[in-house]
Amino acid sequence: MQNLLRVTDLNVSYRGAGSRQHHAVENVSFEIADGEVLGLMGESGCGKTSIALALLSLLPMDQAHISGSIQFRGKELLSTDQSSLRAIRGAEISLVFQEPELALSPVMKIRDQVAEVIHAHNDWKWPRCRAEAESALARVGLAASSRIFSAYPHQLSGGQRQRVVLAQALACNPALLVADEPAASLDARSQNELLALLRKLQRELHISILLISHAPEVQASLADRLLVMANGRIVEQGPFEQLYRNPSHSITRAMLRTSAPASVAEDLDFEMVT
Amino acid sequence: MRYLARRLLHSMLLLLAVSIFSFAILQLAPGDFFTPLSVNPQISAHTVATLRSQYGLDKPFPIRYEHWLRSVFRGDLGLSFASGTPVAPLLVFRARNTLLLTGTSLLLAWMLAIPFGIWSAARRGKWTDRAGGVVTSSFLTIPDLVLFLALLLLAVRTGWFPTGGMMSARFDDLGVGGKVQDVAAHLFLPVVGLVLATLPPLVRHIRSAMIEVLEAPFVLAARAHGISERRVLLRYALPVAANPLITLFGYSIAGMLSASLLVEVVLSWPGVGPLLVDAILAKDVYVVVAAVMLSSVFLVAGNLVADALLFATDPRIRTEQIN
Amino acid sequence: MQETLGHGMNPESPQSNSNQFEPLLRVSGLSKQYVQRRPFSRQKIVVSAFQDVSLEVFPGETLALVGESGAGKSSLARCIALLERPSTGKIELAGENLLALNRKQLFPIRREVQMIFQDPSSALNPRLTACEIIAEPLLIQGEGTKPQRRARALQLMEQVGLDSAQEHKTPLEFSGGQRQRLAIARALALSPRLLILDEALSNLDAANQTLILELLADLQAAHSLSFLHISHDLRLVSEFADDVAVMYQGRIVESKDTRKLFTSPEHSYTKELLASVRSVESILLERSA
Repeated sequence: MQNLLRVTDLNVSYRGAGSRQHHAVENVSFEIADGEVLGLMGESGCGKTSIALALLSLLPMDQAHISGSIQFRGKELLSTDQSSLRAIRGAEISLVFQEPELALSPVMKIRDQVAEVIHAHNDWKWPRCRAEAESALARVGLAASSRIFSAYPHQLSGGQRQRVVLAQALACNPALLVADEPAASLDARSQNELLALLRKLQRELHISILLISHAPEVQASLADRLLVMANGRIVEQGPFEQLYRNPSHSITRAMLRTSAPASVAEDLDFEMVT
Repeated sequence: MRYLARRLLHSMLLLLAVSIFSFAILQLAPGDFFTPLSVNPQISAHTVATLRSQYGLDKPFPIRYEHWLRSVFRGDLGLSFASGTPVAPLLVFRARNTLLLTGTSLLLAWMLAIPFGIWSAARRGKWTDRAGGVVTSSFLTIPDLVLFLALLLLAVRTGWFPTGGMMSARFDDLGVGGKVQDVAAHLFLPVVGLVLATLPPLVRHIRSAMIEVLEAPFVLAARAHGISERRVLLRYALPVAANPLITLFGYSIAGMLSASLLVEVVLSWPGVGPLLVDAILAKDVYVVVAAVMLSSVFLVAGNLVADALLFATDPRIRTEQIN
Repeated sequence: MQETLGHGMNPESPQSNSNQFEPLLRVSGLSKQYVQRRPFSRQKIVVSAFQDVSLEVFPGETLALVGESGAGKSSLARCIALLERPSTGKIELAGENLLALNRKQLFPIRREVQMIFQDPSSALNPRLTACEIIAEPLLIQGEGTKPQRRARALQLMEQVGLDSAQEHKTPLEFSGGQRQRLAIARALALSPRLLILDEALSNLDAANQTLILELLADLQAAHSLSFLHISHDLRLVSEFADDVAVMYQGRIVESKDTRKLFTSPEHSYTKELLASVRSVESILLERSA
């Protein structure tokens, strides 16, 4: 079975102040199979988001240096040209950003924002794109009312905005969804609703998910396998339940809150440049 | 609607205050319109005194101000001593010419600045952007006066352009098409001057507003969805960058009567500029006050237009939360 | 010198109340409304952030305030920290009504209540070094000489688990968890009696959350600090809270001892909140079913 995504020896470094190189991601390798949910956990820092952005070649080219291999359906993404990448972004690999409030244009109606994504990947006329957008929004559980569809992001609640961003990501039926802290800004109730929705959609659409989240409860709800990162490197990976019951690395233990974290402080090297 | 009424009331009060203030300032300058006559030995003091009382210049300040207010309601805005005609028609004629000049320049300047600004922002850091930056900086540092004089020199030396005025001598003999062409030929240099003076700061503002927006997360998100760069620029970045620019546009409108003063004087365009300068020097009081008032009206109108545009284009100001 | 620095050198500040049964902070009937007016319309919208809020925080204890993400809790925190003025109500610190004081009288009292914010990146001045940030409150309250302030700042750095050799670094050179420690050190500079934590752990990852909670517990024991811990994460705050107050739609719907809240919740919203707190174990169980 060919893997949907295969990342080999990925390295991302940023040029910091004064020609100092900051290695955000070091020799990271992992694979995601069809329909699999891979969780990514790690301390708050650039490493996880850098991977997400690197997958879609969205890192600022003048500041970031990438090396390694990212193979999607056998195609090497790091050597693909811009227009082919544009076809992949949003349609085959979709990114759900942290903080949906910032990820939406403040002056566009939410239905139009979803329609834009659809229009970018299909040769349809706008009325059809808008209709498809409305069904995409309904699919993520937003009430099918024109009041909601014609609303602007600032008029909605945090939970609703999260659903809009999810609708945008799923509108073109991607094979891989990269979710960056999808429930971080929500309260417990909305969080549970969102996770249930994600689980349902994942099963129905059979999509793979790269789930970036520092919360063990979120990973427990969705992840099949788990990757634990620290300082840009992978420290442990394996099936979620196995890592939870039998963590071999102290950082894994701290991340999954299975033991006293006091001993962890020395292991976590906080030397970082944002 | 009530908000609008409140704004209008404030504007009225503002205009009233401006009129009192400009009236008062003019009184501070020693002498009046007839002072040059009084130093002429051939004219008797009695004649000068008679002229003064004829035009009411010997009355105390409040009475003169009250007379002027009456003239506002009458519609003639007082009398111009220099020409002996009512101020209003004189001012209207000149204002029309000024608006033709500034209106054309405003339109042209904004129509050029927007694409330039967007294009520079999109190519930030590349050599085209840097070259553009050098050009705008140079024009920013050249004093407007030098610029306009250079244009005048160009006209005089080459004879390609008329050197002043709005129409040629044989204007009345021309057909409609000829008349339009004639005015356009005269309009050319002043417009070029004004556009060159106002374009650089505009381009810079637009560029920096766009750059700031292009770094926002929602722009990155749009790119992540595979939306084309052109659409990202025009449908995502520009509408959000428009906010500060609309305010700037309001200021442009506000300055429509005053921005062209220097270019009108240097290139002899018959607008409000030369009229105002002459009137100030001659202490032709009512002309000065009327011109200042008209400028203030434009200022108020410009601000109102900017606010209305902002309200119409930014949904965040317009709408409330649904939840 | 180092011991007296930051320990209420102003004789007018409220005397340290050794009575453990009197609340350090008592809030009664606090309400706050915002009036918004839209341009070009005559509509005036009155938004109520919170209404009729009463709570008590005892010396050396932690009160957790939980509820949905929304302006209510933060607005309340800002009022208690005297950053905003409530519309009605009373705020009493060691028996003294703070809202009745004028600005000059309030100045020495401000040192008693300090706040830690959700996002340390925006709460710390990016241009100052770590040492300057921690010493800033001392500077504002006019305490000590420059070397004395620096010494105290370094001492506080060590206390919160930061390496004092890094005193010259600016906030952006620290990680998220370290920045919060910096913010805590700054808050402790004036030896306050009450610390308000406004979603202070929400932006941190799980490991850091636990580490900082442990640090706070240590500090509480060492200095007899009181905490008002505001969070939307019930499970997180309940580990170290003595009492819990539940806020729903701007009102306190339930307030009691932590254990009693978990074992016998009364209000329907509380029950809802508790139900949504799920452990990894229960989630795994549900998935395998």
